[in-house]
Amino acid sequence: MEVFVQQLINGVTLGSIYGLIAIGYTMVFGILGMVNFAHGDVFMVSAFIALIAFLILTSWIGAGLIALALVVVLIVAMAMTALLNWAIERVAYRPLRGSFRLAPLISAIGMSIFLMNFVQVAQGPRNKSIPPLFSEVIVLFTVDGYDVTVSYKQIAIWLTTGVLLLAFWYLVSKTALGRAQRACEQDQKMAALVGINVDRTISITFVIAAALAAVAGTMYLVHYGVVSFADGFTPGVKAFTAAVLGGIGSLPGAVIGGLAIGLIETLWSAYFSSDYKDVAAFSILIVVMIFLPQGLLGRPEVEKV
Amino acid sequence: MTLLRVEHLTMRFGGLVAINDLSFTAERGHITALIGPNGAGKTTVFNCITGFYKPSEGRMALQFGDPAVWDEIEALTERGQRGLECRAGSLFLLERMPDFLVAQKARVARTFQNIRLFPGMTVLENLLVAQHQPLMRASGWSVLGMLGLPSYARAERAAIEKARLWLDRIGLTERADDPAGALPYGAQRELEIARAMCTDPVLLCLDEPAAGLNPSESAELARFLRTLRNEHAISILLIEHDMSVVMEISDHVIVLDHGVKIADGPPDVVRDDPKVIAAYLGVEHDEVSQVEAEVGL
Amino acid sequence: MAAEANNVASRSSLLLALRAAARTALIAFGLLLPLIAFRAVHDIRNELVLETRWPLFAAFVAIAFAGRLLWELLPRESLKIRLAAFARAPGQLLSAAAACLVLANVLRLAAKSLADTDAAIALAFTYLFAFATFAFVIGAVGAWVIRRYPAGTETGRQRRHQIGVGLRTGALGFLLVYPLMLFWLAGSQGSIKWIDNFGIQILIYVMLGWGLNIVVGLAGLLDLGYVAFYAVGAYSYALLAKSFGLSFWILLPLAGILAAFWGVLLGFPVLRLRGDYLAIVTLAFGEIIRLVLINWVDLTNGYAGISGVPRPSFFGIPFTDGPDGFAARFGLEFNAIYRTMFLYYVILVLALITAYVTMRLRRLPIGRAWEALREDEIACRALGINTTTTKLSAFAIGAMFGGFAGSFFAARQGFVSPESFTFMESAVIVAIVVLGGMGSQIGVAAAAIVIIGGTELMRELDVLKAIFGRDFDPTQYRMLLFGLAMVVIMIWKPRGLISTRTPSVFLKERKAVSGAHVREGHG
Ligand SMILES: Nc1ncnc2c1ncn2[C@@H]1O[C@H](COP(=O)(O)OP(=O)(O)OP(=O)(O)O)[C@@H](O)[C@H]1O
Ligand SMILES: [Mg+2]
Repeated sequence: MEVFVQQLINGVTLGSIYGLIAIGYTMVFGILGMVNFAHGDVFMVSAFIALIAFLILTSWIGAGLIALALVVVLIVAMAMTALLNWAIERVAYRPLRGSFRLAPLISAIGMSIFLMNFVQVAQGPRNKSIPPLFSEVIVLFTVDGYDVTVSYKQIAIWLTTGVLLLAFWYLVSKTALGRAQRACEQDQKMAALVGINVDRTISITFVIAAALAAVAGTMYLVHYGVVSFADGFTPGVKAFTAAVLGGIGSLPGAVIGGLAIGLIETLWSAYFSSDYKDVAAFSILIVVMIFLPQGLLGRPEVEKV
Repeated sequence: MTLLRVEHLTMRFGGLVAINDLSFTAERGHITALIGPNGAGKTTVFNCITGFYKPSEGRMALQFGDPAVWDEIEALTERGQRGLECRAGSLFLLERMPDFLVAQKARVARTFQNIRLFPGMTVLENLLVAQHQPLMRASGWSVLGMLGLPSYARAERAAIEKARLWLDRIGLTERADDPAGALPYGAQRELEIARAMCTDPVLLCLDEPAAGLNPSESAELARFLRTLRNEHAISILLIEHDMSVVMEISDHVIVLDHGVKIADGPPDVVRDDPKVIAAYLGVEHDEVSQVEAEVGL
Repeated sequence: MAAEANNVASRSSLLLALRAAARTALIAFGLLLPLIAFRAVHDIRNELVLETRWPLFAAFVAIAFAGRLLWELLPRESLKIRLAAFARAPGQLLSAAAACLVLANVLRLAAKSLADTDAAIALAFTYLFAFATFAFVIGAVGAWVIRRYPAGTETGRQRRHQIGVGLRTGALGFLLVYPLMLFWLAGSQGSIKWIDNFGIQILIYVMLGWGLNIVVGLAGLLDLGYVAFYAVGAYSYALLAKSFGLSFWILLPLAGILAAFWGVLLGFPVLRLRGDYLAIVTLAFGEIIRLVLINWVDLTNGYAGISGVPRPSFFGIPFTDGPDGFAARFGLEFNAIYRTMFLYYVILVLALITAYVTMRLRRLPIGRAWEALREDEIACRALGINTTTTKLSAFAIGAMFGGFAGSFFAARQGFVSPESFTFMESAVIVAIVVLGGMGSQIGVAAAAIVIIGGTELMRELDVLKAIFGRDFDPTQYRMLLFGLAMVVIMIWKPRGLISTRTPSVFLKERKAVSGAHVREGHG
């Protein structure tokens, strides 16, 4: 029981990170119908940007005011990653819009390989670790000498995720931008005809996706205290799994899927074996795609003949 | 002699009832036309017959060979089987069969409202893909073909010969080695019919074959369909908006509106049915004369 | 008046170009600032500290500015036209070749009298110009053929066909004598690396590319987990050969069958998924197999891999130094090169079998059904084709060739470990197929040569070390350039090097189908 509650707490934290990345997959898939394969690596780059920003700030202002520093780091990471994803869309995907269908996917795979190796070359292949931050914990309750704890950083991650999700939810459901996005999802030609700037809407989608990935990246850095150039691939695939599980195209679905994957992963590690936790995640992906391709919240797709 | 019997066919998409309790029959050797305004559910009927959609309710039976086989239908339904093939004849319950078996076993061929050729393959290749099943058998499921046995080479030559015959009929022999995607629209429509014919069907379902054709092309198409029926003893189920074509060649007309059958009979009877006119004009049928007066009919 | 207007126009276009270049530089500034200008390194106390690299950063931004400016200012259209004209003029190409030849020789002579570093650079350019000479000569011959035998005429067509056949025979002949020629030219010490790294290595990927081509190129099913079948083949061979002592020639077909079996097993549930979903699911399968290989330590020995895998013998005669060895039996002096040559011919034969089988299958109904499936699945079903078994057959046959290649790989290395079967490997094979032009065997082979040969060549470029310093490791940049090349090639030629399709059958004449009509895969 106490182990379960503890794993629940850890799982929700991990799930928040996956959920934030999953939104990026879902949004881009919704509007372009493509799996943005490089999204996991964009997430990884954002963690590196956060790392660099963090190091710059702490070397300037010392170790005090860490909380303020982290807010700045978050904003810097969001802005720079947004710029990166905007550029990626511009360079690697836009010229292929309307080309044959596998072209953007393959371009995205190339971009993923490029980003990963770029970071490896530019920052070196070693893991980068920062000293632990906010790891003081609150003991919730104790059973037979086992403390069930929640750390400040976990609380911070939940709060940030919650607030950002609300803001984001407002953005895509209540504003003109959200309307334009949904119009482009339905029919890009028609949207263009009624005066929506399709290119800009798609660009903004990539920017938002990247900003959320950057939030996830910063949290990842704070939570684990370590990043490496290879950290994009597996979280990327898991977040994609989350997006599919929730129903690709559905934003609440992505969050729910993320939480589910996070929980499954931590519970699996706790109760079975952590060796096979990735196997579990990949198996879920396959099972969901085969038996529930529309996901939990997605609309079923009927093949039109 | 009945070829196809559709009984109480209903197809729902979520809340939308695209076909509602539709029953009709198609006779062997006849051209049966299925008409109705846009969204009436005609293509959906085709999709149910050819196995692309599983109907929500209803039975669709197709029989060829000795008509006595029809007597087996209730027993077949009871036993939960999808069909019966014996020397005398065959009987299939189409709603129980996956799409490719409807084409393969029940020998129903179809064309699509939006042409579906293999655009990157040549015209000839399109016609050979249609003969996949017999060629596959001749190639010993590829094993004998890999070994280069002469029996397969013979079968392939025969298949090419058959394709050439159809190409001659639709006048595309010259373009046999061009990609299907490069053909003009009208030729693509004809090629799709020829491709369907290459599967040796007993029932040919044509979804708006005259769409996008000019009047002279339509007239030629009508002639072509008539020769198909007369010379190849084929039965045709035809969806068509071009009334001149429908009235000219069909033996029997069924009219759908909002998924419901509103008329069923020979073309000249259906043509004057006020319910049909009302459906096409989009008004209630007691208002027809009023509308007709307004437009000066 | 007109001159003045012209002047104004050119000035404003310069202004526009400058503005565009400035914008690009600004974006580059933002993109590169965090990861190029700064570098997080661990210091002696193992704490992260920042290093700065302002000069490098400034150089990159400047390159971005200059590059964009050039791009804006160059008369691209007229350049393109002139370039196309140049590529079609045999005479001009020949003179370019001659110029390159002269330059190469001048540099070669200069290299002799230069110091260490400069000599290396000069030598590198010598190679470059020698290569250019070669390319220009080939281009000139091609241009001459095209001009001499226009495609529109009957004789032209025949001649071109003959030339094509001749080229193919020539290429085959070259492949057959390649190791012998190297041996003769460079001796056993010098040639072994070239036969191994450039011969065998490339041929493995050619074979993998041809195998995957059946799945991706013909049937249009994007398989991102192809490496799984390669792994199945390799581990099957390694495990069975080690524990049962079975010979390579028995295990080779067995490994292929096992891989095909896995292909069917994995393919069955997933083949009704649409294109990109299928891609992701196959990727997941590939990863699962790799993770199982890592974690099932009892069977596979985990990360450490399996070493001491038996090497293939010459039909029972081992390539060892001893009285029973290959060399002794044939009255030769013992030399490791015999094994390498033998392996070369084995993989050559395997690759050729793959190509031959694919070529035959394409002309059978099954092959046509694959291509029809790629073009329009729904139409296939309406014609009575069982799409599930058709897809499965493509998947299984592709997997089988992957399995063959895998068992060859294990036998050649004498060692297998999960590291050889990462997603990156799948990505490389997919890239080969897509770059080659989906469905085209010649294209796939060319792409394998370019991609694998290119990355192997990067290992060889000691000259880069000379330029960038001793600790510069060119292999680091291999995958970086590879990823970049994938993006660039997709944008430049989304349909690959050879985008036309050869019909499988014809009535009067075989005309290539332009890529514009050919559909891509869709699941
Ligand atoms: N796969 C599907 N999912 C949901 N609704 C569908 C589907 N297929 C058809 N419908 C609906 O069923 C109704 C009938 O459509 P159908 O295509 O059969 O009409 P139709 O008679 O062929 O019209 P048209 O003359 O325009 O071709 C329409 O309202 C259509 O939207
Ligand atoms: Mg219709």
